[in-house]
Amino acid sequence: MKKPKFKVDKHILTPKHIKISEREKLQLLEKYNITSKELPKILKTDSAIKELEAKPGDVIKIIRKSPTAGVSLFYRMVSDV
Amino acid sequence: MAEEDKQQKTEQELEVIKQAIEGKVERVEQEEQHIYKQVRSIAFSILSPKMVKKMASAKIVTPELYDKEGYPVDGGLMDIRLGVIDPGLRCKTCGSKLKECIGHFGYIELARPIIHVKFVNIVMTLLKCTCRECGRILIPDNKISKIRENLDQIEKESGIEERRQKVKEIIAGLKTTNKCPLCKAKQKKISLEKPTTFLEDEKRLSPIEIRARLEKIPDSDCEIFGLKVPHVRPEWMVLTVLPIPPVTMRPSITLESGERSEDDLTHKLGDIVRINQRLFENINAGAPEIIVEDLWDLLQYHVTTFFDNNIAQLPPARHRSGQPLKTLTERIKSKEGRIRHNLAGKRTNFSARTVISPDPMLELFEVGVPSIIATKLTVPERVNEWNIQYLKTFVEKGPDKYPGANYIIRPDGKKKKITDETKEASLEELQPGYIVERHLMDGDISIFNRQPSLHRMSMMCHRVKVLPGKTLRLNPAVCTPYNADFDGDEMNFHVPQTEEARAEAEILMEVQTQLISLRYGLSIIGCTQDAISGNYVLTKNVSVKREDAIDLIGAVGVADFSKLPRKAIVTGREVFSALLPDDFNYSGHSRLCDRSKDKCDKEFHVVIDNGKLLSGVMDRNSIGEESGLMLRSIHQKYGKDFSIELLGRIFRLGIEFLLRTGFTSALSDTDLPEPAKQKILEDLDIARKDVGILIQQFKEAKLEVFPGKTMQETLELKILEVLNKARNETGRTVANFADKRTNTMIMAESGARGNLLNLAQMAACVGQQALRGKRIEKGYEQRTISHFKKNDLSSEAHGFISNGFKTGLTPSEFFFGSMTGRDSLMDTALRTPKSGYLYRRLANAMQDLKVEYDNTVRDASKKIIQFEYGEDGIDVSKSENGVINVKRIINSV
Repeated sequence: MKKPKFKVDKHILTPKHIKISEREKLQLLEKYNITSKELPKILKTDSAIKELEAKPGDVIKIIRKSPTAGVSLFYRMVSDV
Repeated sequence: MAEEDKQQKTEQELEVIKQAIEGKVERVEQEEQHIYKQVRSIAFSILSPKMVKKMASAKIVTPELYDKEGYPVDGGLMDIRLGVIDPGLRCKTCGSKLKECIGHFGYIELARPIIHVKFVNIVMTLLKCTCRECGRILIPDNKISKIRENLDQIEKESGIEERRQKVKEIIAGLKTTNKCPLCKAKQKKISLEKPTTFLEDEKRLSPIEIRARLEKIPDSDCEIFGLKVPHVRPEWMVLTVLPIPPVTMRPSITLESGERSEDDLTHKLGDIVRINQRLFENINAGAPEIIVEDLWDLLQYHVTTFFDNNIAQLPPARHRSGQPLKTLTERIKSKEGRIRHNLAGKRTNFSARTVISPDPMLELFEVGVPSIIATKLTVPERVNEWNIQYLKTFVEKGPDKYPGANYIIRPDGKKKKITDETKEASLEELQPGYIVERHLMDGDISIFNRQPSLHRMSMMCHRVKVLPGKTLRLNPAVCTPYNADFDGDEMNFHVPQTEEARAEAEILMEVQTQLISLRYGLSIIGCTQDAISGNYVLTKNVSVKREDAIDLIGAVGVADFSKLPRKAIVTGREVFSALLPDDFNYSGHSRLCDRSKDKCDKEFHVVIDNGKLLSGVMDRNSIGEESGLMLRSIHQKYGKDFSIELLGRIFRLGIEFLLRTGFTSALSDTDLPEPAKQKILEDLDIARKDVGILIQQFKEAKLEVFPGKTMQETLELKILEVLNKARNETGRTVANFADKRTNTMIMAESGARGNLLNLAQMAACVGQQALRGKRIEKGYEQRTISHFKKNDLSSEAHGFISNGFKTGLTPSEFFFGSMTGRDSLMDTALRTPKSGYLYRRLANAMQDLKVEYDNTVRDASKKIIQFEYGEDGIDVSKSENGVINVKRIINSV
């Protein structure tokens, strides 16, 4: 079967997903006084982060357009299953 | 060795349970000794046959219940060792009386093992995943330890839930293995014939065999499946003994005729015991295998339905009357079950429910309580040195005279009813430390509620106002938060009984605190209907005599007339201004403002300067519910208590003014001048002709087709467009020609009730009736009603009503109107339960979400749901249209 050319993560409606560094991750956890367990999860196989080569434990920063705040930041931790 | 270990463990556990039971017995005798402990964890386990026997106080051997004298039979299902439900008898096990004895379990020995329905799925996986010969799990020895380590690690990292998930995966992988990796035995295909029959290669497996196989599974292998051994052994899922629940949970009731009627559970247990006895006898007598097996199946059926009488493949066990028995599962499950009916929701005392009716003279935070209710519901007040005289007056009056008292409670907790006979004694007895339950009085705190409680505003705290009459009364302005009207609505009324509850209700739930909606940040409570039209008329070029003005604001509740200018004739705006505080400034649009222009007309734009309404009219945009911007400004500046007071006054000013001037909508309000009538008829005629032309074009196939649509669809769309345009044109004509001074127009303009469309429908043309976004096309073959020719595409044959309500509809027009009417009625009737269920699921899913101090939204386990509440961290109820107006705040400081 031919691979489809369309890439979800490049689509205009898909918010930007960025893998953040280990240091940034620690800063984030520090800021909210949490352990990585309290972060929302994202599946390792999620189409939006296919290109990022993220491993379980990495944190993805998502920049979304928001009707209330203009731009909103969201963080999700990569998990398998 | 392992066997012995197990034995010891169960032995120990039994000891614990025995102690617990004895402890309970002791506690019952000692009368209410509370022990406070924190629960660290709960372990769920399965009762072992041994445990069943140990915890039982009686072995049940006979299905009989009572002997000839009506005394419970020994060894019967109502054995008095299982607890007492008859007054006068004593429990043989614990020796206590009715209500003191909590009941004790019994057991029966089953003649043959029986599969427990609630465990068939686990039994199934166990049979599939273990070897039929050696009982070991179908995983090679070298892999087992690795899997176990993996599981333990998952549990440590992500919790027990993840571990269960993983176990499921492992099990799913095992089901296809067909050779035991240890003893090389070939595995046969096991299937389940629902509900409780297991087949191995199409041959039936008896519960005896199943139990034998489960027994063979070693403890260490059980653990991989998530069954920890001292708590659960797989073979316990096949019952050999059945615990009999205590009689206290299945009490029999004595009917008026003296006949006893047994509980459903007792009936079912009777069936089980009877069949079990017969099975025993048949086996002992050496009856043929076929008979034994039939009885065995019957016993399986009875035990299954004892646990659950709603199994798809089994016919439910029924009473003689044909109504299905309610057995264990049905007792717990669903809306009427123990959880949702008795634990999540309870019946309350000190509450009332009746029809509601309006009373605008009540304050917004008051509730009118009928005097009958006020003498039945009470508030407990503790007697002390300072209030003893005061409280004695209540006791003196007794339960019938208002305000009296119904009970006194002694310091030891004994409740004494006050009657005419005991009144004197109670009065004598009363001293500090006692509690008097006195009647409800004005100013008492209460909670008022209307279902469905979808809101936090559906339950608010009101002050009691005792009134004559038999309905609960409320100010019509608070109808909106409750979504109430007075077409027969009933509401609930509660009286909090402790100081804590009262304080909480007052601080968190009072009407004042609920003024601003947290959905859109405007006042939910505001003026409605007459109150809006009244204020509108008053503030729009009306002048009244000074006496009348004083009378008016006096009736509203203002005693200070100094704000009224000293003139013989005052304007309506000056009357309205008399209510406003002196330092209040406000500017806003009214509904009459033309927003398209940069600056709106001075006449309509609302300007309040230093508490004086200089220009503009009061309408829905300023004082209406869910839209009143002036109300929000007042709330911001003067706070909740003042706002609610002012709101009540403005409301009353509106209706008092209308009361004095009179306000009716008349049929003549819809009269149109002759040229307007002419124009409407012309417009409709043109539309009709246009439709005719379109139809002609369609028939000749000359119609220009819209892309992606068929010719037919294009025609429908075009016709709809033409007719809609025509209706809007008539609407505009009506708006232009209608007399602005009529009361109907005043209501529409002020936003009190109705709009121009309603007026146009009455005066000119009702318009197109639509079903599912299309013209009406249902009915007979190729036509809507038999009054029209087949395939008639004209406007009148498909539900266009060109008459207005005043002129009257033709029969076919009326019929089309009722079609859409019925459709919308059905739609609302079907939508309500659907959205109710949707709301329930939503509320259950979100009930523990909370905004933490760092502005994150988190659930009960502190997992983050939103990093910033609403993504912008703004509390809508404290903002203006979702933003914080920094400029205004700086200016006002």
